[in-house]
Amino acid sequence: MLEIKDLKVSIEDKEILKGINLSVKAGEVHAIMGPNGSGKSTLASALAGRDYFNITHGKILYEGTDLTELSPEDRAREGIFMGFQYPVEIPGVSMVNFLRTAINAQRKYREEEPMPAGDFLKLMREKKKVVEINSDLTNRSVNEGFSGGEKKKNEIFQMALLEPRLAILDETDSGLDIDALRVVSNGVNNLRSPKNATIVITHYQRLLDYIVPDVVHVLYKGRIVKSGDKSLARELEEHGYDWIKQEVDADT
Amino acid sequence: MTDQEKILNEVTGSDYKFGFQTNIDTETIPKGLSEEVVRIISAKKEEPEWLTESRLKAFRHWQTMKMPEWAHLKIPEISYQDIIYYAAPKQGAKYESMDEVDPELLDTFNRLGIPLEEQKQLAGVAVDAVMDSISVKTTFQDTLADKGIIFCSFSEAVKNHPDLIKKYMGSVVPYTDNFFAALNSAVFSDGSFCYIPKGVHCPMELSTYFRINAANTGQFERTLIVAEDDSYVSYLEGCTAPMRDENQLHAAIVEIVAMENAEVKYSTVQNWYPGDKEGKGGIYNFVTKRGICKGDNSKISWTQVETGSAVTWKYPSCILRGNNSVGEFYSVAVTNNYQQADTGTKMIHIGKNTRSTIISKGISAGKSENSYRGLVKVLKGAQNARNYSQCDSLLLGDKCGAHTFPYLEVDNPSAVVEHEATTSKIGEDQIFYCNQRGIDTENAISLIVNGYAKEVLNKLPMEFAVEAQKLLAITLEGSVG
Repeated sequence: MLEIKDLKVSIEDKEILKGINLSVKAGEVHAIMGPNGSGKSTLASALAGRDYFNITHGKILYEGTDLTELSPEDRAREGIFMGFQYPVEIPGVSMVNFLRTAINAQRKYREEEPMPAGDFLKLMREKKKVVEINSDLTNRSVNEGFSGGEKKKNEIFQMALLEPRLAILDETDSGLDIDALRVVSNGVNNLRSPKNATIVITHYQRLLDYIVPDVVHVLYKGRIVKSGDKSLARELEEHGYDWIKQEVDADT
Repeated sequence: MTDQEKILNEVTGSDYKFGFQTNIDTETIPKGLSEEVVRIISAKKEEPEWLTESRLKAFRHWQTMKMPEWAHLKIPEISYQDIIYYAAPKQGAKYESMDEVDPELLDTFNRLGIPLEEQKQLAGVAVDAVMDSISVKTTFQDTLADKGIIFCSFSEAVKNHPDLIKKYMGSVVPYTDNFFAALNSAVFSDGSFCYIPKGVHCPMELSTYFRINAANTGQFERTLIVAEDDSYVSYLEGCTAPMRDENQLHAAIVEIVAMENAEVKYSTVQNWYPGDKEGKGGIYNFVTKRGICKGDNSKISWTQVETGSAVTWKYPSCILRGNNSVGEFYSVAVTNNYQQADTGTKMIHIGKNTRSTIISKGISAGKSENSYRGLVKVLKGAQNARNYSQCDSLLLGDKCGAHTFPYLEVDNPSAVVEHEATTSKIGEDQIFYCNQRGIDTENAISLIVNGYAKEVLNKLPMEFAVEAQKLLAITLEGSVG
């Protein structure tokens, strides 16, 4: 579904990603781990289409299409979803209005009729259960006054509503207490299907106990330096990132 | 250049939609202002001697005055002798039926979206369409007349209801009030007169639609609304104007008198030509609007959505003389490109237990300057006065300015006066968040701005609220930076 070939990404003149190769198939969950500054969020942002990241080399193929040719909103309409690390607040814009606009934008793109208000509210009610999110949050303005954990839940709520084909979750676990972690993970797991794929970006192994990955990659200094199955995550938990850093630095 | 910057630079996407001229013969008088011009205007309107005298008094007073300079506005010098003070469509004033109206004129109104024919009206909205300086037709007069409601052009009112005009004209905004009030009182063209008798609840929204056509013609509207005891009226004012190179001066006066238990709602959607992207041309909108809550328990609400004009200078105000009277001001003022606005309100608390509410939402974009200037004045005898003011500014981009000049003058210790102000920006992060959910940048801005302005837009009568929302979106196309 997603093919990243030798991707190099810079901010201004600084090169952050130095040649990423990644292949994600439908039905898979890939975890991307790595120490701070390794480029994890840059990868997420480049996939989402944040324009102050310059793609200097390489390709991102999503279902065969070169993603770099698509605007962020078109990427979203093609089924790419990003769960933000720091979801922003949009005061004055109600969740309902926001999500309905989003859903209808996607439907329009797919040349479908907009969803009638009644159906949409029903859909919202259904999906709220997936993440155990209350009406008092969904009745408010987007993320306004939400706690960190509530914002993360809200990201997964939106994901449930928008039903993306490729979800990129950027440090979804940061700021979550144990219960919230469980709820959010359940939400993500409930949405898994053979037709969609998820890239989970995280520091910590704990999330991966709940959202069990098919492949774990370690990102260090802008490159994927190691890939393995879920046991790799456990190794990192036990030994930290140092042993990988040493391996890599010894080779170069 | 980033993609977002590229979109932003497709600046002001929609060319001013209403920028066209009607090619009808208009009868004008030569440029300049003098006693003779004032007399000509009065004569053309066939006014009685007392009104001509009143104009002359105002003119002579105007000659002693100077244009005020305290506003946060940069205005090139206005040459008052370079303006034509009267223009009327040649075909004359009144028509029995629509068949007699100049078809080009009718077409103009249709293009502006004001169908004059009674059949095509929005359910129950009476329209008094002012084309330049003469009222073309007043609809629904008969329906309203049954209730004793007078809704006609100001000129007609002078002829048919001179006592009312004599009694109330200038009672809220005297010609001595300010430079532009004096000018207006000397050369006012036409406007609306509305009188609601005791105990009558006006059953429909009353509306007026303005337009400036002939080049260099100042539009000097004069509107007077009188609501007797226990009456109610909701009045809508909407304006558009065609594209011009020379600036056009608009100095209007609106006076409202509300008697005991009366309520007047005055709503405005203002879309005068704002000038082009380089700041050339555009309307100067210098307006004095004031209402007096004369009777106890009376209420006056001003609601405005201002998106046009090169320069906006107006402070719809309420004088809360009656006990328990209420004044309200809800405003969304948008400036883009090189527009400037210095607008706000004055709430003067005189009676006992008076209340005022001010909600002002400024939106600045482009290189514009948007200032809120408000006065809350509580006089010594104003026992238990209450005021709540909320002035919010939203900045789009980093080249525009938002300023707040609140004045609080409180001379009574029992008063409770609250003032809140916020300043915010539409951040790139917010736009990107919307993008990532499939919403393109234009729609994202529209969502965010409408959410911001919601509180005020909700106060508008339904017909206007939709136009207002569209106006906001159009005005702000391509403005996030």
